[in-house]
Amino acid sequence: MWKYIGKRFLWSLVTLWAIITITFFLMHSIPGNPFLQESKMPPSVYENLQKHYNLDKPKIVQYGLYFQSLAKLDFGPSMKSSAMTVNDYIKQGFPVSLHLGLQALIIAVTFGLILGVIASLHRNRWPDYLSMILAIVGISVPNFILATFLINFVAVEWGLLPVALWKGWEYTILPSIALAMMPMAYIARLMRSSMLEVMNQDYIVTAKAKGLPRPVIIIKHAIRNAILPIVTVIGIISANLITGSFIIESIFGIPGMGEMFVKGIANRDYPVILGSTIFYSFILIFLIFIVDIAYTLIDPRIKITGESK
Amino acid sequence: MKAKRILLASLFLMLLLVFTGCFSQDQETTDKKDPKETTNTTDSKPTDQKEQPKAEKKVLKLNNVSNPGSLHPQLAQGTHESWVLEHSFEGLTKKTPEGKIVPGMAADWTFSDDGLTWTFTLKDNIQWSNGDPVTAHDFEYAWKFALDPANASYYSYQLYYLEGGEEYNTAEDGADMNALRDAVGVKAVDDKTLEVKLAKPTPYFLDLTSFYTYYPVHKGNAEAHSNWALSGDNYVSNGPFVLAEWKQKESMKLVKNQNYYDKDLIKLDEVDFVIIDDENTAWQMYRTGELDLVYPLPQDVTGQLNASNDPEFRIGPDLAVYYYNLNTTVKPLNNQKVRQALGMAIDRQAIVEHVSQGGQTPAYGVVPKGIPDVSGDFNENGGKLFEENAEKAKALLAEGLAEEGLSSFPNMVLTYNTSEGHKAIAEAIQEMWRKNLDVNITLENVEFQVKLDREKAGDFQISRAGWIGDYVDPMTFIDLWHSKSPFNDARYNNPTYDQLVEKAQSTMDQSVRMTAMHEAHALLMEEMPVIPIYFYTKPYTLKPYVTGIFDPINSYPQFMFADINK
Repeated sequence: MWKYIGKRFLWSLVTLWAIITITFFLMHSIPGNPFLQESKMPPSVYENLQKHYNLDKPKIVQYGLYFQSLAKLDFGPSMKSSAMTVNDYIKQGFPVSLHLGLQALIIAVTFGLILGVIASLHRNRWPDYLSMILAIVGISVPNFILATFLINFVAVEWGLLPVALWKGWEYTILPSIALAMMPMAYIARLMRSSMLEVMNQDYIVTAKAKGLPRPVIIIKHAIRNAILPIVTVIGIISANLITGSFIIESIFGIPGMGEMFVKGIANRDYPVILGSTIFYSFILIFLIFIVDIAYTLIDPRIKITGESK
Repeated sequence: MKAKRILLASLFLMLLLVFTGCFSQDQETTDKKDPKETTNTTDSKPTDQKEQPKAEKKVLKLNNVSNPGSLHPQLAQGTHESWVLEHSFEGLTKKTPEGKIVPGMAADWTFSDDGLTWTFTLKDNIQWSNGDPVTAHDFEYAWKFALDPANASYYSYQLYYLEGGEEYNTAEDGADMNALRDAVGVKAVDDKTLEVKLAKPTPYFLDLTSFYTYYPVHKGNAEAHSNWALSGDNYVSNGPFVLAEWKQKESMKLVKNQNYYDKDLIKLDEVDFVIIDDENTAWQMYRTGELDLVYPLPQDVTGQLNASNDPEFRIGPDLAVYYYNLNTTVKPLNNQKVRQALGMAIDRQAIVEHVSQGGQTPAYGVVPKGIPDVSGDFNENGGKLFEENAEKAKALLAEGLAEEGLSSFPNMVLTYNTSEGHKAIAEAIQEMWRKNLDVNITLENVEFQVKLDREKAGDFQISRAGWIGDYVDPMTFIDLWHSKSPFNDARYNNPTYDQLVEKAQSTMDQSVRMTAMHEAHALLMEEMPVIPIYFYTKPYTLKPYVTGIFDPINSYPQFMFADINK
């Protein structure tokens, strides 16, 4: 067991190193740089800035310098926002994105599972159709359209909730719903098909034959097994949700991390690009690591020895 | 089985710890930024100034599109910072609502006959927001801070007008930095007198002294708190307002500076900025009354409000031009007649009315309205520098192509950066050229950085561009197309043009300067290395209970004299 965990941990480190290295060199190969702009910056100031941020040094030296500061857990300064460091961005933005993401995750998982289970138990009857219509809407309507719709009706026309900002719990409701819709729909569809498969298995038929009450069969035997595929995808869904959605955060004026990913690239803000990539990768690798272990615990058929999976 | 359960439980606990850890961090960060607590622990600002227990506070609510990088006048990079800085600081001079330059921190000034030495005398009783006097040393400190290469100030070049400014800012490794710093042409003779030496005559120098890179900084405060400009905790400024709170990426709160010498003219108690990136969301907040002024507006909203003559809709002037670069090194764009034909075959009125829809004005030159000439307005005195005429354009194109030995116009590419607005304009112009000149152009949409990179490398044929003036003088536009200008993306090279620019740059005589710039402007439009399309405007909405807002040509709407009468 510990050998397995140790091996997975080492692989995670190697993966992270590979991601940093590939991102570093890809990032420097795209056209443009942080100080190229459509304004009157004379070449001398441009060169001065290049020098200040070590961009005049060979790429391999910059790569080495980056790892040097990374060893001190310093992600470096933001090249576009002279007074902010990448650590500041993460420190300030992540708790907000995490809060929003967790709320969205709870909504998505809870309602996704409920809808999926209801749909599977009432197959080809109206609760099934209704759940699946909701799921199709959730998957096909982009979240920024849903967000605009929610703002227009719930906030502006009906005046029930604030339009935007991040000042209290009531401000988190609309963005959480907008963010949760797509993963909720996905989980609902996955849960439905998984439940249908499980419900036809022999052991369920046996349980029914033995006269076990229906709720016991569903809750104790069916859902527990049907939930396995959901656990597999939940790592990625969580990582996506808790590292922030740029569109939702931007529409609702939420000071989260999402901006860092998109604007970092648009501005060619190298430390921000690297910092957000490392941070996102870390979260993703960590969650996959957790899911892998959880998976082996839930499914007794999976061995967790170091030799085989 | 039991072991597995323990492991599962510990995994869950680990996750919980990670998440709660983040939340407590959130709490910590928020606590630090709470102005009530920080006011109690800092003595840099009187308590009454940050929290004014008035029954009816006059609060103006605005939106700043992006989080400022820094609210340090010398480290600011653009409009996201300038709106706040222009209201919390004041330079040697300032501008009236009519655009006149009047004394700010300076009471008066003199300059030598050659225009190179300026002596400013500061007003009596001018104070920082913490009550300390503003001295000439604060100006010297701030200007040299901007020029210090270690501080990597974007706008340092705005101080290259000073003697030794560029040399200090671009010093090589190993240079004697102290000597270079001492050689910079700014010196506090005493607390009240600032002496400035310029590298060459700069008739618009007074205009520059109202720009934020020229603002002073409280030397003592800056040295005591290196991060003073990053929060409201230790923020000290000398303008009508002072920053009291800044929640990064969320909001900023300015309060009236009780130590400002003209504080009786300031009616607002507080200005609350939210930071919302999305134009639509800001507009919805305006509709629900959560904001009092919104700029910029979504394009479709601007169109609707403009068409319906909405009383809350205003169009402020802007010091900026939207144009197309023609790469003059590429055949047949190297031919003047071909370039003229392309410029003449565009219906600008149709573009501003039906495509951009923001009340913009068609451009028949590159210098916008609102810049004073020796007498009157530079743009108006110059008049329309070319005409739109599809017939004539077609004939010119045929002549030009023949001169280049071509029978037809080759398929060329018009490059623009990702934006629905640029796309719509490019499509309209593509259609006008097809219809009027029988010319086929392919549109190419690239990311902004890619466009800039390719323009710098000369790897384009026609490209969309825009230019915002740095100061109110035609030179801010005219010198772009000097053959040695790093912004001359069209690669225009005409010795006569260069001579006219240099002539205007070498004298303090306004009539000589303006004449030279008019001649250069006319020459540029005759040779047309760039095709002007329209002059930008600043369309915004303002609630009827807000009065006293004014629109300088090169800034966002100013609210220092605003009042709220609900």
